Amino acid sequence: MILSVNGIEFRYGSRPILENIGFTVQRGEFLSILGNNGAGKSTLLKTLNKILSPKKGSILLDGQEVSKLSRLAIALKMAYVAQNYESNRQTVFDAVLLGRKPYIKWEATASDLALVQGVLAKTGLEEFALRYLDELSGGELQKVVIARALAQEPEVLLLDEPTSNLDLRNQMEVLKTIQTAAKEKNIAVIAVMHDLNLALRFSDKFMLLQNTKVFVAGGPEVMTAENITQSYGVSVSVERVRNQIVVIPM
Amino acid sequence: MVRDETLPDGEITHYLRYTWKKKIIMLGLMMMTAMLALYAISAGSAELSPWQVLLTLLGQTEGQSKIIIWSIRLPRVLAAMVAGIGLAVAGAVMQTILRNPLASPSTLGIAQGAAFGAALAIIGLGAGSTPSTGGGALLINSPYLVTISAFVAAMLTTMIILFLAQYKGVSPESMVLAGVALGSLFSAATMLLQYFTNDVNVAAVVFWTFGDIGRASWGELGIMFCVVFGSLLFFLFNRWNYNALDSGAETAKGLGVNVESTRQWGMFFASLITATVVSFLGIMAFIGLVAPHLVKRLIGGDNRFLIPASGVMGALLLLAADTLARRIIAPVVLPVGAVTSFLGAPLFLYLLVRGSKLR
Ligand SMILES: Nc1ncnc2c1ncn2[C@@H]1O[C@H](COP(=O)(O)OP(=O)(O)OP(=O)(O)O)[C@@H](O)[C@H]1O
Ligand SMILES: [Mg+2]
Repeated sequence: MILSVNGIEFRYGSRPILENIGFTVQRGEFLSILGNNGAGKSTLLKTLNKILSPKKGSILLDGQEVSKLSRLAIALKMAYVAQNYESNRQTVFDAVLLGRKPYIKWEATASDLALVQGVLAKTGLEEFALRYLDELSGGELQKVVIARALAQEPEVLLLDEPTSNLDLRNQMEVLKTIQTAAKEKNIAVIAVMHDLNLALRFSDKFMLLQNTKVFVAGGPEVMTAENITQSYGVSVSVERVRNQIVVIPM
Repeated sequence: MVRDETLPDGEITHYLRYTWKKKIIMLGLMMMTAMLALYAISAGSAELSPWQVLLTLLGQTEGQSKIIIWSIRLPRVLAAMVAGIGLAVAGAVMQTILRNPLASPSTLGIAQGAAFGAALAIIGLGAGSTPSTGGGALLINSPYLVTISAFVAAMLTTMIILFLAQYKGVSPESMVLAGVALGSLFSAATMLLQYFTNDVNVAAVVFWTFGDIGRASWGELGIMFCVVFGSLLFFLFNRWNYNALDSGAETAKGLGVNVESTRQWGMFFASLITATVVSFLGIMAFIGLVAPHLVKRLIGGDNRFLIPASGVMGALLLLAADTLARRIIAPVVLPVGAVTSFLGAPLFLYLLVRGSKLR
């Protein structure tokens, strides 16, 4: 059990955002967090890596309480890609190299550079290596921040809407890369997703958040038309097409 | 860009070539600074050849040129370089950690705080003096009191900003705005002090605010050197943290950076440099703002190169400004603060329009 979350509560002021959230993730597992806008998905991810501190509950990362770990200790095990990220005047290579930050003592080593090179190749960013971030398209930039998280070689990968800016092909490729990395290196992936069909295609487990609470959680069996309809308030039909489960809004 | 497809590690090669270019540019800047320094030491009312200067620095000559160089010109040139490095590096770090291109020693109220401290000492504590005919320098008769007062006021400004950030959870944007507000508060207070005092004191305050590199003696130079290079070392240790911060606070936290303490210590040391330099030499506007921006245009925003290269650029600019201020209508020495702006602003505008060609 790489991550085990129990009874998390979080509020902004007096408004509860998360109430009694609990779940576990194994190494190599891909968990999708789903739910409507404002349900608290991003807030949940931020509490997981201590950007926000929950008022109650415990988060165990590889058996250790996250609130007691230093930021550096957390960064060595857990990478986080925010929903919103900023561009600046760094080259793509430098931005991805920054993923090695937790490991770098004084200067990046040859193996850090080689790792960055490998990640750039995997994410199809080689041709952009020396481009400045503020000269990239939205989707290219999104691939860079995901590549940075991969370069961090985490055991847990937190992704907040990782494919929101990507075209159809890049959505498939990036998620495939993440899935492959998860299986090969035994990384647990926790991704906030809005595209239910992509989530169904790539994840092992699902958690539907609604109104500060877990609505349902479990394997593909929880992704029923009834659950989705209730959670999102839109009637849907869940069908199997060519061995692929798909959700069709009605 | 021509790509070499045959190399298995193409990106690394390109990247290393790209970082090499940055190092070469930095080396070029250093050489220009060294040459300018040699010229600055040799030029003056008593003309010496660069060769004589070199010999003197190596201890090979005796007599008048030795005295002129060791007690007048060398401390001045070194002071310009150390102060330039300090102000530029402080500006670069402030711009990064506050994520604001306008952050600099003079926009954050620190310079104005120092000016207020100096005015308070000259007017309120009687460090000013009775009229004298001997020119500006004699207007201030207890320079140490003025220096200390300026330093304390400058650090006080910083402490107020840091206190707001620490206990009120103020964002970087608000820190910049708080600095601007404090700056204008201190300017107003200085004006009021000047309004209620005599002409001589006003002249002394104005004279103090015009930065003057020539105020530094070897002792003051030593203090400035320790503060500037100690802080520079601290900044270099944190250069990866600053790079992470440059990608946004949340991303930096995800990369293991203690964002709040990195910001506060960075601000503290940047302010310490500024307070030290300004209270010894007076205000030299623009260096802290323009030098990092010039460097960013040349070699990009990577703090591993930005911080040291900004230092070299600051040394070059301030030394150039001071040399120009001494030479342009010699023997009159112009206020170096005005010259820094005259020199820096057009150069800056030019580069802003031209953009960067490296890569
Ligand atoms: N800094 C903040 N202060 C106060 N309320 C906040 C703050 N950030 C978020 N909220 C509120 O908390 C709730 C949960 O926000 P969160 O960002 O977790 O939603 P989300 O599920 O990620 O939504 P989305 O799908 O739109 O990204 C929202 O109602 C939001 O308005
Ligand atoms: Mg969100």
